[in-house]
Amino acid sequence: MGNYSLFSIVREGLRGNTGWTPAWRDPDPKPSYDAVIIGGGGHGLATAYYLAKIHGMKNIAVVEKGWIGGGNSGRNTTIIRSNYLYDASAAIYEHALKLWEGLSQELNYNIMMSHRGVLNLAHDDNEARQLKRRVEANRLNGVDAEYLGPKEIKEFCPILNTSPDIRYPVIGATLQRRGGTNRHDAVCWGYARAADALGVDIIQNCEVTEILTERGQVTGLRTSRGDIRTEKVASVTAGHTSVIAGMVGVRLPIESHPLQALVSEPLKPVNPCVVMSNAVHVYCSQSDKGELVIGAGIDGHTSYTQRGSLDIIEHQMAAIVELFPIFSRLRMMRQWGGIVDVCPDASPIISKTEIGGFYVNGGWGTGGWKATPGSGHAFADLVANDAPNAIAAPFTLERFVTGDLVAEHGAAAVAH
Amino acid sequence: MFVITCPYCGERDQSEFAHAGEAHISRPRESETMTDAEWAEFLFMRDNTKGIHAERWIHAAGCRRFFNALRNTATDRFLAFYRIGEKPPEIDDVVPATPCGEAVGSGNDAVKVERPPEAGR
Repeated sequence: MGNYSLFSIVREGLRGNTGWTPAWRDPDPKPSYDAVIIGGGGHGLATAYYLAKIHGMKNIAVVEKGWIGGGNSGRNTTIIRSNYLYDASAAIYEHALKLWEGLSQELNYNIMMSHRGVLNLAHDDNEARQLKRRVEANRLNGVDAEYLGPKEIKEFCPILNTSPDIRYPVIGATLQRRGGTNRHDAVCWGYARAADALGVDIIQNCEVTEILTERGQVTGLRTSRGDIRTEKVASVTAGHTSVIAGMVGVRLPIESHPLQALVSEPLKPVNPCVVMSNAVHVYCSQSDKGELVIGAGIDGHTSYTQRGSLDIIEHQMAAIVELFPIFSRLRMMRQWGGIVDVCPDASPIISKTEIGGFYVNGGWGTGGWKATPGSGHAFADLVANDAPNAIAAPFTLERFVTGDLVAEHGAAAVAH
Repeated sequence: MFVITCPYCGERDQSEFAHAGEAHISRPRESETMTDAEWAEFLFMRDNTKGIHAERWIHAAGCRRFFNALRNTATDRFLAFYRIGEKPPEIDDVVPATPCGEAVGSGNDAVKVERPPEAGR
């Protein structure tokens, strides 16, 4: 596999694009590995990459039941920001944002990172106070944050309806200029290619059916493509965290809900930033293809079916038309659902468990994508050293026993 | 979107109801003697079953009463509705064949397999 560069593009252009090779291998599983990561989404592939790159663990594998990036990595709305209220959250999401900033260069793969800015709207005085408090908290944590009034909002995002006579008028907003969007497939493929180049086996169409243990220690995996011996198993299976943990009897405080999103027909560039609103509960950005990417809240019921109810979409369309009257005659093209693992405190679990060699990274709820590099970086450290680093430490499973929760519900400008 | 049968009011649209979490979790009687771990189990830990799941619903825009339901969370098919205090009925339903319940390499075949053939794809 060669380095992607302007030179390679020109060379392949002249050769009729006959010289490109697959970006990663398609290996059969080996009988044993030093560690196996279950789940080939962004977080799992990032974990594998940092394990190989930083911790020198190259005899490792990622096993994925479908194709890489086909779960929640391919279903989210790719919004990147780090303006969380609490120190623990700000630390991990800001760590991730710093890694996003240099990721295209690091992976030699264009992840189409666009720092176009994220607006979080306030629609009443109480919300405005909360947002101002968060701006100050963000600044104390070194996270860029600004508070804008209606006039400045209108300048930053002219299509937003800032008229005072709408049902829920926009009275202010926070802006994180370094926030934005990126390309989900490119992130997965970039991490896969870079991890593969370091010797990591990426094994697709391989479902884990059993985790083998002896005397409370992981000894291997039973998969649809044969048994694999390993002493370390790292579960990074958004949407199925409880199912995997249940294989070794680890109890988790997670409930899995459908989260839906949809895209419109493509338009010329019209929405210059990401707009999020908690009160009317919708968020919207425009992809590089021109489609508006629109998301909202989870369905209230739990499910594993990757589909939700139509009333959620009706609600989200009502909200989007209120905020952006210009979109009222747009047609929506595609709609889908993913399954998000929601923790009671809306913060993730990056943790050891009572089973030796079994590690869990999950429970990211509705906002895991933005954390992808930071999550993988911190989780790789945990798996390699069998102890959490300073960034992962607040997100242990024990916090649900000690009560030391990272309660980001409603605190983090999160549209939960 | 579900059609839900309230045991008191009959069949109604899902939008009249609110999901109220896993069923049959009873509040501990001797809470003063419980350890932190036991509290964590009661407050936070959940089965989050993929397969036949007992759950509570409240008929929020109707009779406003809680009731229980059995639903296969791998297919979203409701299997039974019963009142609070009653035991869940015995149900013989398809449970996922593998832990993820989906054909290897599929997006999410559990759902498609459950769909009657005349409904098409």
